[in-house]
Amino acid sequence: MHKTPMLDHLESGPWPSFVKDLKRMAAQKSEVNDLLGQLERSYREKITHWKHGGIVGVLGYGSGIIGRYSDLPEEFPGLEHFHTMRINHPSAWFYSTQALRELCDIWDKHGSGVLNLHGSTGDIIFLGCRTEALEPCFADLTAKGWDIGGSGSAMRSPSCCVGPARCEWACYDTLEACYQVTQEFQFDLHRPSYPYKFKYKFSGCPNDCVAAVARADLSVIGVWKDDIRIDQSAVEAYAAGEIKPRGGGAHVDKLDIQADVVDLCPTHCMSWDGRKLTIDNKNCNHCMHCINLMPQALRPGTETGATILLGSHAPILEGAQMSWVIVPFMEMEPPFDEVKDLGYRITEWWAEHGKNRERVGELIMRLGMRAFLEAVELPPVPQSVIFPRSNPFFFWKQSDFDAEAKGRKYYTKEGFDVD
Amino acid sequence: MALPKDELVERIYKMVEAAQGKKQLKAKDIEKAVLKEYPDQPRNDIKFAIKELIDSGRCVYTYFGGSYIELPHEEGAAKKF
Repeated sequence: MHKTPMLDHLESGPWPSFVKDLKRMAAQKSEVNDLLGQLERSYREKITHWKHGGIVGVLGYGSGIIGRYSDLPEEFPGLEHFHTMRINHPSAWFYSTQALRELCDIWDKHGSGVLNLHGSTGDIIFLGCRTEALEPCFADLTAKGWDIGGSGSAMRSPSCCVGPARCEWACYDTLEACYQVTQEFQFDLHRPSYPYKFKYKFSGCPNDCVAAVARADLSVIGVWKDDIRIDQSAVEAYAAGEIKPRGGGAHVDKLDIQADVVDLCPTHCMSWDGRKLTIDNKNCNHCMHCINLMPQALRPGTETGATILLGSHAPILEGAQMSWVIVPFMEMEPPFDEVKDLGYRITEWWAEHGKNRERVGELIMRLGMRAFLEAVELPPVPQSVIFPRSNPFFFWKQSDFDAEAKGRKYYTKEGFDVD
Repeated sequence: MALPKDELVERIYKMVEAAQGKKQLKAKDIEKAVLKEYPDQPRNDIKFAIKELIDSGRCVYTYFGGSYIELPHEEGAAKKF
């Protein structure tokens, strides 16, 4: 075993450590021992010892395998080849234990056994495969019904929230939409033909549990267009403390409807007279705050579908960018032809005009929203902002802390008069 | 006039071969070059001609900051120095 004094420190903290897992695996797999050794050396020297490959893959595919080589193969022979395989995950990451066992058996047979559930795109990540083992591993995976996911300048494996499988707020079947779109874009997923990556993500409601608005080039976020359903007796029960807010997961045990709900409505479309909650639904922007706090009293409406947003990405070449609304409401019924067709029109325009490594949101910034909308034949909509947010974080200001110190429960404006 | 399928495959192969070591071609670069020469060529023909070259192993996808189509060659990062 390699000596790893620096990595050993990571085991001493209160949280589970990957070092402990890797040491356990190193007893069976020599390449994992080498992985620990190289990582220790990288920590010591403050430099990576990985080289990025660009050619390895399986026949016919240009995606899903990321070449990795050690620049110290003599010292760490198990890492001479240590490629990553991305395996396309099932919708919302639902597995049977049998499926997980099959995956682990295949990976133990062909690779290092180290895996990551899941990568940020959503794929199952197999870490550490030799070049000659890629094809046999792929063959065993496909024999069990698995496929490799996306990488490179291609459609990435679409992902979705748990949707109607576990969530009563799902405004459409995210799992089916994710599956259908994955099947539809198989060519583009496996054969890179775009300027850069393109991600689809499906969230069932505006809570956006897969963070589509900040991460997906094309975000499909469930929404309703009629009124929020209200059970006034349940609202009163929340006000009386008979039902705990957010199913017991809130910061308070008893809800102050005025302060905790109404005053925090971003569009100020709610009022509470002590007995009845009223919502001006035309001015509701579907932020979900009130529904999240009082799930037994408030529910999304029944005319459901999705809002389509476009253009978000993490900082790579340019800074981070969130999405624009391009279609405020779209019906979302299988086989989801409308969203597929829109995807084709968008990627065709982007592939035609995009520069190498330019995301679709960056292309819209460069050529303008008008050029985009004309090309994909979408009408301009008032819900679309001029520039989307570039920072997904919220920063507290000193005035917020001052207000809290003076006993104010909530404060949403800088300089709010707390006296 | 559009090229027949077999000739299109060979035309694209020659294009990739000529560019090897000089310029990395993306799938879209190939499509644009073919359409410039043969404006009537259906885009889908080009897409599947590339697929045929990849499936046969005569060309491979590579990734060097972006995905390209090249002739198979030794992985630079795999070399021992």
